[in-house]
Amino acid sequence: MSKSIMTVDDSTSVRQMVTFTLREAGYHVLEAVDGKDALSKIQSSPIHMLITDLNMPNMDGIELIRNIRAGSTCKFIPIIMLTTESQVEKKMEGKAAGATGWIVKPFKPEQLLAVVKKVLG
Amino acid sequence: MIPNHQITYKEEANELLTELEASLLELEEDPSDREIIGRVFRCLHTIKGSGAMFGFDEIAAFTHEVETTFDFIREGKMAVTGELIGLTLSSCDHIRSLLESSEGGQAPDQSHGESIIASLKKLAGNVRDSLPAGSPKEVSEPQEAVHDIPGAQQISYRIRIRPERHLLATGFNPILLLNELREFGPCKIVAQTNEIPALQEIDPEKCFTYWDVVLTTDRGINVIRDLFIFIEDMCYLSIDIIDDWTGTSENDPNGEYRENHKKLGEILVEKGDLTSDAVMAALSAQKPIGQLLVEAGVVDPGLIESACAEQEHIRELRRSRQANETISTVRVPADRLDTLVNLVGELVTVQARLSQLAALQNQSEIIAIAEEVERLTEDLRDNAMTIRMVPIGSTFSKFKRLVRDLAAELGKEVVLETEGAETELDKTVIERLNDPLIHLIRNSIDHGIEAPDIRRAVSKPQQGTVRISAEHSGAQVLIRIADDGAGLDKDAIQAKAVAKGLISSDADFCDKDAFALIFTPGFSTAEKLTSISGRGVGMDVVKRNIEALRGSIEIESRKGAGTVITLKLPLTLAIIEGLLVKVAEGQFVVPLQVVKECIELTPDDKSRSHGRDLAHVRGEIIPYIRLRERFLLQGRVPEIEQIIITEARAGKIGLVVDQVIGERQTVIKNLGKLFRHVEDISGATILGDGKVALILDVPKLVEAEVEVTQGTYVH
Repeated sequence: MSKSIMTVDDSTSVRQMVTFTLREAGYHVLEAVDGKDALSKIQSSPIHMLITDLNMPNMDGIELIRNIRAGSTCKFIPIIMLTTESQVEKKMEGKAAGATGWIVKPFKPEQLLAVVKKVLG
Repeated sequence: MIPNHQITYKEEANELLTELEASLLELEEDPSDREIIGRVFRCLHTIKGSGAMFGFDEIAAFTHEVETTFDFIREGKMAVTGELIGLTLSSCDHIRSLLESSEGGQAPDQSHGESIIASLKKLAGNVRDSLPAGSPKEVSEPQEAVHDIPGAQQISYRIRIRPERHLLATGFNPILLLNELREFGPCKIVAQTNEIPALQEIDPEKCFTYWDVVLTTDRGINVIRDLFIFIEDMCYLSIDIIDDWTGTSENDPNGEYRENHKKLGEILVEKGDLTSDAVMAALSAQKPIGQLLVEAGVVDPGLIESACAEQEHIRELRRSRQANETISTVRVPADRLDTLVNLVGELVTVQARLSQLAALQNQSEIIAIAEEVERLTEDLRDNAMTIRMVPIGSTFSKFKRLVRDLAAELGKEVVLETEGAETELDKTVIERLNDPLIHLIRNSIDHGIEAPDIRRAVSKPQQGTVRISAEHSGAQVLIRIADDGAGLDKDAIQAKAVAKGLISSDADFCDKDAFALIFTPGFSTAEKLTSISGRGVGMDVVKRNIEALRGSIEIESRKGAGTVITLKLPLTLAIIEGLLVKVAEGQFVVPLQVVKECIELTPDDKSRSHGRDLAHVRGEIIPYIRLRERFLLQGRVPEIEQIIITEARAGKIGLVVDQVIGERQTVIKNLGKLFRHVEDISGATILGDGKVALILDVPKLVEAEVEVTQGTYVH
């Protein structure tokens, strides 16, 4: 069975690109538009990995990561942050919240797949 | 179909701009509302970020400046003013016109954008000036990993990875990291477990293990460090060079010398002061240093293990390096190899006799020897077989020229791609594969790939591709010849078959059956003959050649999209793994490659199937052939018979036998001219007791059975 990955982003185009790239590589992909949406979807269908944007309405990426790490569903899944901010503080904030790694936007499909392979195997 | 990310982005950006404008107007009403400021920032952020992803660099760069201003406002360093709202609204218009210009509209005045930015910068003047260099947030290019020059020298590293206990809480799986290290080159990994507490005290969410790795690779130390990028702040990592190509390193300046120096015992023996037996006796009483250290309680056994692993790794490395330096290859005439394989074949036969005799005598000593001989023979057989293996790449490279010439002759543009050139196959198989492959490639270019103008008309790239690939799959090799040409036309094939009287006009064929028709002798759908192919003397010969190699051929094709022909071939021809079975007094070998399972056939089963030769296997109905009837063998039928379920080209079919004796390595002997026309038997083998067992040709057997059955229906 293919592994499920959730992409959380308020940008449709980024979500579409991530979804398409991962589906082509054989993963099962779920989409969520913000942190809140992601949390509620995870409750009903657990996933193996999450890729989240940081700046989102309702609940941002950092808050989402904190919630997942504090909860019981999918507590130990790898979480990758998508960030345009390459500066240390945002990354550190995400890492402190429990993110596994990050991808700096803009990125190419093959870079995304390399990171997924790195944390998901 | 690949979604067009650019179009999606434009739609999205337009929506965001609308939201942005609405938010800006709201913000003008209530300049201190943090939620609205956040919303404005997010809109700008997404327009910028996604724009950079999908090639809208100008939009990304412009929006970045506006976003920076709002970042200051978000952080409370700037206030929202009417002027700012006005400038941001003008920015929206500018972004919109940039979007339109990407659709072929008129390019906006670049100076307009610049003047907006200049005004924004002026507004933020004081704040910007107070910022340290490097901020604010820059759109940074993802860093490419620094790869070392290929073919660079191999370096051995000692790596210790000691993650912090809470590593697992970040969802990071250290095993994947170790797997990544393994991909870099030969690698020994020892997990240190001495810090794992007792079971009742263990916290399963914590990581107590750490790892020592010895890795030999041509990658540089920075490439290795890059692997740890996600966990560098949560992990103690040390990487030391322990061996480079020179055999010495910083840590071990005398490495080579120490490897070569004579040991005390050797010197004493050489001088005649001591016999080698005495040295051996003394050495056997001496404990290894690791054991002494562990016994003294000064070091954990795991650490000794990792040190030994490092020692062993370096030793192996130097040994293989030395071997490489002295002799890399020896050229041997092919017939010597053939003789070797024949001799091994004879040895396998004799070994089988020995095993049988040992079992009969039931003496444990002889049985032990027989088992040892069996093991050695197996090793010898495998070894002899690998000597005969050659990479298929040399054959592939010949085809490049063929493709070029054929394409030129036919006025087509074709490129040949190859994959798996390193796949090894028995020399004889490769030699006998040459003609069928040439034929298949010719067919692909002549019938498959369309002329350049036709390809253009159906929106395919002008240049067609023929792809030939080889890969191992268990004891078989799969060779695929794929083209992106016109594909097989099922209707044309069927029409041709009807015209030739091969099938009736109302026959309804599935794709697979229709494609199989092209293997019929004299079959060709080509409109006219070319000098290359189209005479219909080809595919049946190809099929015969492949089957003579005990292989099979399959066709997949989609009209308009291309054809893939898959050849499945055994790795070697001389020896096969077989299942020895007994029917009456006769013994037969069924090649293990086609055997799926063995089940019992009881009188109950027979009565349930009402006299039809059908077996029910987990809900599947499988027809079977009674070898006793097929080969007209006399003798008493045992109450419970055995069905060997085989899977060949025509699908699953059972073979009913009296008894399954067991697996045997089978050396194939040809039957000789007299029996050349016997169809169901592919050869014979000599058993341990000197008797002969016939090797069944299962695909032929099944084919013949299908013909007989279909014939029966006609009558």
